[in-house]
Amino acid sequence: MKVIISLTLLLIAAPLQAKLNVFACEPEWQALVQAIGGEHVNTYSATTAYQDPHHIEARPSLIAKTRRADLLVCTGAELEIGWLPLLLRKSGNADVQASELGYFLAASHVERIEVPVALDRSQGDVHASGNPHVSWDPYRLQTIAKALSKRLQVIDPSNASSYQQKLKQFNQRWTAAIMRWEAMTENLAGKKVIVYHKNWSYLLKWLGVEVIGDLEPKPGLPPTSKHLSHLLNVTRDNAPDAILIANYQDDKGAQWLSDKTGIPVIHLPFTVGGSDQAIDLFSLYDEVLSLLIKGNG
Amino acid sequence: MNTLFVHNKITKAVFVMAGLSMMTLSSGVTAQGLGKISGNEFNPSISLILDGRYTDIDSSELELPGFQLGGEAGLPSNGFATGHNELVMSANIDDSYFGTINMAIVHSDGETEIELEEAFIETLKLGNGFSVKAGQFFSGIGYLNSIHDHAHDFADRPLVYDAIFGGHLVDTGLQGTWVAPTDLYLSFGAELTTGSKFPSGENEGNNEGRAFFLKTGGDIGISSSWQLGASYYQSEFDVREAGGSHDHGGDDHEEEVTIDNELLNGEIDISGIDFIYKWAPKGNNKQTNFKFQAEYFVKNESGLAEFVEGDASAEALYAGKQQGYYMQGVYQFMPAWRVGLRYDHLKADNKFSDFEDNGIDQEEFLEESGYGTADEPNKFSIMLDYAPSHFSRLRLQYSELDNGHDETNEIITLQYSMSLGSHGAHTF
Repeated sequence: MKVIISLTLLLIAAPLQAKLNVFACEPEWQALVQAIGGEHVNTYSATTAYQDPHHIEARPSLIAKTRRADLLVCTGAELEIGWLPLLLRKSGNADVQASELGYFLAASHVERIEVPVALDRSQGDVHASGNPHVSWDPYRLQTIAKALSKRLQVIDPSNASSYQQKLKQFNQRWTAAIMRWEAMTENLAGKKVIVYHKNWSYLLKWLGVEVIGDLEPKPGLPPTSKHLSHLLNVTRDNAPDAILIANYQDDKGAQWLSDKTGIPVIHLPFTVGGSDQAIDLFSLYDEVLSLLIKGNG
Repeated sequence: MNTLFVHNKITKAVFVMAGLSMMTLSSGVTAQGLGKISGNEFNPSISLILDGRYTDIDSSELELPGFQLGGEAGLPSNGFATGHNELVMSANIDDSYFGTINMAIVHSDGETEIELEEAFIETLKLGNGFSVKAGQFFSGIGYLNSIHDHAHDFADRPLVYDAIFGGHLVDTGLQGTWVAPTDLYLSFGAELTTGSKFPSGENEGNNEGRAFFLKTGGDIGISSSWQLGASYYQSEFDVREAGGSHDHGGDDHEEEVTIDNELLNGEIDISGIDFIYKWAPKGNNKQTNFKFQAEYFVKNESGLAEFVEGDASAEALYAGKQQGYYMQGVYQFMPAWRVGLRYDHLKADNKFSDFEDNGIDQEEFLEESGYGTADEPNKFSIMLDYAPSHFSRLRLQYSELDNGHDETNEIITLQYSMSLGSHGAHTF
């Protein structure tokens, strides 16, 4: 009898002290949730830095995680369109449906760049709501952090002051970091690069780096030999300083172009966990920026 | 020459809606002249699947001795053909419901038909892992059953699906599912349906179909994931007519003899297991990936089998046990390119008692009714496909079908399968 009572108490008590379960679609949002949520959240990331977040399937483990989530934090802007709607439908979780507070899309809190003028699939796998890779603009990230803190305060009012406090701390550190990053990357402005995919657009815009070509002939399509030889011609007239590639992307095309032209390939972690050093948003920015500086000699 | 057969009023209404929403879309485009189509924002997402093929086949007549064929079971005809072109519309209805409709537009024998594949609503906010579907839907049993043909990895369905379900188990009714709050994925589902469609048959209450399924799955490290499922279906019916939707072709209209091939007062149950394993280096399936999948089903059915041809007839008490499995592996060896192998195997064991010969002897009865067994049918397929983008796929497939009569049917298929409109779902 005693056992039953204590078990029952345990079952009732458990949810009271339970942490908020946060399901992040990508590691950068997991890192941001950890920064703002601190000890009050349990976080899980659906993808790693070595996966292309556009190509994930609604696999069983993700349905199970969605089922138990109190909050979903995803990029949005159609990045997860192939799998997130399916997870929502299959999870049977009312709290994280698109109409609810438990559904947080980072990109919808900021303005996107590269919103297509015409929507036509002949232009590749374009995102109607613009470039979704907003985490690479430090100012937009700050806006998102604020919105996320507010959302956490609403969902979990008992820890509201903590979420406020943590946001303040994050903002102070982040603002200082932006100043440091802008000072150290001054010389990058005006440099030219070739990218694999448009996932660095926000970063390069912030740094004032010009993109003169994409390895993908159209967004989402793998590089073709025809397109690579076209790029080769482009580099003859307008030599870039580097070829940027995220470490989940196939680097064969980039290496080929580099071998032909001598332009260095810079492998970058796209998100948190993409290298040993990139353990949170600060160290991720630190590493990518120093790799860019080093790569541009 | 083409006549449009609209199966029911719902389909017709929805078709009109589709036309209307497309009109809104185009007027929106001209009004705005930009990517933002404000007039279209509340319309359902629409996607269109275009499927066409060229088939080189020895015989288009599907015969699987021991299996009474029904539903959509069949083989493609020789030469060029449009395949399963599908129009899909779906959207959140409001904050509580999701709705979708899926219509196949099929052209065969000079006629264009619209087949309602799915039309259902689904709850979004029951919570605690529960959701309920209502309407016509592909049953949740098995793995491939709920996945539309265009999303399969081969140009045709596994043989066991044609032999046991007549294509897919699709019916109208209710489905409830519950996902357990565990780290290991665990989901239970139950369905109550009319039970009036093949492999079941007409029943007075129009409510005899029962299905149950259980699925579990998870990840192994970062590179692999798996799913295991178990299913059960059971139904009772007054009468089931055999014979697929694809007729036997050739010399029809020559002699007008009524043929009735029916199973009366029937009972049926089907059990199945399915397993899927997927691998991709570091879980990144864009460059290379591998998928293994296998399913097994066993069907027990019984009833009074009756075969009538003109004035002659025969009947017998029948109890059959039919089973089949397939296993397949598909490997993406470089971006856009995949190669796949599949093996299908069927086995039927049918028993009869109280045979009554009214002008048709037992041998003829067994052959004509489809109940007569022979060797175990099997099929071997190899395919190569190329998907230059997320939305287009070209496929070449070679199959050898041994129907159990020592006849090998060689089938070469060249297929395109394209998806237009809204982005498709990445089902596991």
